Amino acid sequence: MTGQDMTQRTDAPLVELRDIHISFGGIKAVDGVSVNLYPGEVMGLLGHNGAGKSTLIKCLSGAYQADEGEIYIKGEKAVIRNPRDARAYNIETIYQTLALADNLDAASNLFLGRELTTRSGMLDDAGMEAETRKIMKTLNPNFKKFKVPVSALSGGQRQSVAIARAVHFNAQILIMDEPTAALGPQETQMVADLIHELKKQGLGIFLIDHDIHAVKQLCDRASVMKNGQLVGTVKVDDVTEDDLLGMIILGKKPAHLAA
Amino acid sequence: MTDTKTTPPAVQDEGGLFTRFLRATEIDTRLLGMFGALLLIWVGFHIFPGLREFVYALIGNLFHGTGTFGETVAKLNPLTVWDEGVFLTPRNLWNLSVQTSSIGIMATGMVLVIITRNIDLSVGAIVGVTAMIMGLVQVEWLPQFMGIGNPFIWIITAIIGITLGACIGAFHGWLIAYRGIPSFIVTLGGLLIWRGAAFLSASGRTISPVDSTFQLLGGGPYGAVGYVGSWIVGAIACAAILWMLYAGRQSRKNYGFPLRPVWAEVFMAAIACGLVIGAVLLVNSYPWPKGIIEQYAAANNIVVPEEGIFISHGFAIPVLIMLTVAVGMTLLMTRTRFGRYVFAIGGNPEAAALSGIDVKWMTLRIFSLMGSLAGLSGVVASARLNSATNALGMLDELYVIAAAVIGGTSLAGGVGTIYGAILGALVMQSLQTGMVLIGFDSAVQQIVVGGVLVFAVYLDNLYRKKAK
Repeated sequence: MTGQDMTQRTDAPLVELRDIHISFGGIKAVDGVSVNLYPGEVMGLLGHNGAGKSTLIKCLSGAYQADEGEIYIKGEKAVIRNPRDARAYNIETIYQTLALADNLDAASNLFLGRELTTRSGMLDDAGMEAETRKIMKTLNPNFKKFKVPVSALSGGQRQSVAIARAVHFNAQILIMDEPTAALGPQETQMVADLIHELKKQGLGIFLIDHDIHAVKQLCDRASVMKNGQLVGTVKVDDVTEDDLLGMIILGKKPAHLAA
Repeated sequence: MTDTKTTPPAVQDEGGLFTRFLRATEIDTRLLGMFGALLLIWVGFHIFPGLREFVYALIGNLFHGTGTFGETVAKLNPLTVWDEGVFLTPRNLWNLSVQTSSIGIMATGMVLVIITRNIDLSVGAIVGVTAMIMGLVQVEWLPQFMGIGNPFIWIITAIIGITLGACIGAFHGWLIAYRGIPSFIVTLGGLLIWRGAAFLSASGRTISPVDSTFQLLGGGPYGAVGYVGSWIVGAIACAAILWMLYAGRQSRKNYGFPLRPVWAEVFMAAIACGLVIGAVLLVNSYPWPKGIIEQYAAANNIVVPEEGIFISHGFAIPVLIMLTVAVGMTLLMTRTRFGRYVFAIGGNPEAAALSGIDVKWMTLRIFSLMGSLAGLSGVVASARLNSATNALGMLDELYVIAAAVIGGTSLAGGVGTIYGAILGALVMQSLQTGMVLIGFDSAVQQIVVGGVLVFAVYLDNLYRKKAK
């Protein structure tokens, strides 16, 4: 598949998903899809609801396992059986649902599964809070509510907790599943700035989004999926928004690229 | 059991004196409400007999012409009313503490089970089966090899019982987590199965008496740590409280977080240490009964003087077991990863799994912990009764769940505290004991306990809505 698109680079991709198949009870949610991602690149994933984008990406984040197909990370075959394995490969995910434990405070959520401990093995809550305050100062300076459960926070504040969790632990591969769906314009801009910043640092980012305009602006390449299959992968600069829309709806590559 | 009138700590700076006081001391209003409810129950039961006397006298005076009106009104004298009471006496409160321990130990575990959105209906049956097996082990099996009265029998027996409980709990947890059977069903089945197993393992016999050292774990005059022992316990507790407050402040200072005002710290230390010292004074003011003293004097060649000897009970061993469990479980829930994961699973199981937490393995461990606590409770309950019977632990599951829920554990998951569960157990036991003391029969007791449970959860709902 990768040979067909016009986006070949000579260096090894950061991530390569090869011929992934996932089905649920006979329904093929993902049907032989291959995509790749290079360092410092933002790769958009587009498609209707139920096109299989989230399912595809969840086998990279460890939430699902592929029935068939292989994952290569930095050219080496990777086995990702659960979210812990994914984290070990420095893959971080910002889920559409944010995946926060509503009854815990920001610091507890940020460090969930990777808590700081004191020498005696006890939780270092003060240390985690201090670290969280530091992170939030750069990420979202308006964030003040460190002592309350995240259920008491606004949508944007919750989002910044989820983002902080994904970027704090030396992520190399970042998966963002509709990160701006619940945000106001100002916060959306904050996420866009962050994506540019992370890109500069050499991270590879998968961005799942419905907003074609945002994809055009933020992404280097985009893969479009329909009914579990890959329609095609294009450089966003080579296509118009209408072209992308055509790929999503009709499931066909635009004429000038199809040749 | 919540005082819905108190204002929850607000973030703003305005607010009345009381609000500002609560914010400075960071006292949980819910905790305050529970203490208030407990106090209300205690005082209510204490003055009930005196008030009843007055009402009876009044009725007699008005309708049957017995006694004079002056005599009747004199019965309303607060001092006489108070003296009539038998609830707030060292003897009753000491007994209350012992009776609470078995339920209290299990309630701490039930908090974890309920926080993770499960339920365990089998704890009473596990108490029954572990107690029965322990009875067989210490009375019929171990003495064959070690001789009756061997000083190691009690510890071997207790370890077997607790381990058995942990295994049963782990098995339940495995069925729930790895086989996907709802916890309600697994433990409902367990309730019947283990109760039946308890009956079969000793062919329905009652095993009694238990090993004499083992018996101390259930309390009684010999099963308490005495005057000096209680002061030592109290001193350790006070030192721990002061150290915790100091270390907490120091750690916040190191990170430059806002600190509580000094007066609030001092106030908290004074209240906490005051409660500890009060408890020590209370248990030390309950003397051994005359018969026990004579027995003890005879065994130790002491001559009992004319006026008798005052020997304090001190803290009962089962109470110390419960307090140790409570402190341990509180540390587990607030200071360790395990506890953090329990809360995370309760708050959002999916998010917990996506954060790399092995939710199934955690569930198995939580049920195993619950089982081991039921085993420990089996130790305490059978030691206290000095026998293992088929009915031991019957209906305990309901009291344990009620204690956890009254103590603020949310059945929706994610919320709960260990101290709340202990206080909840104390509330339940206070109601029971109080109603026995004033002579309500068991049918009325059931009605009241049931009503209180429902009412407490309703109040809790109101409180949570308001706190939001």
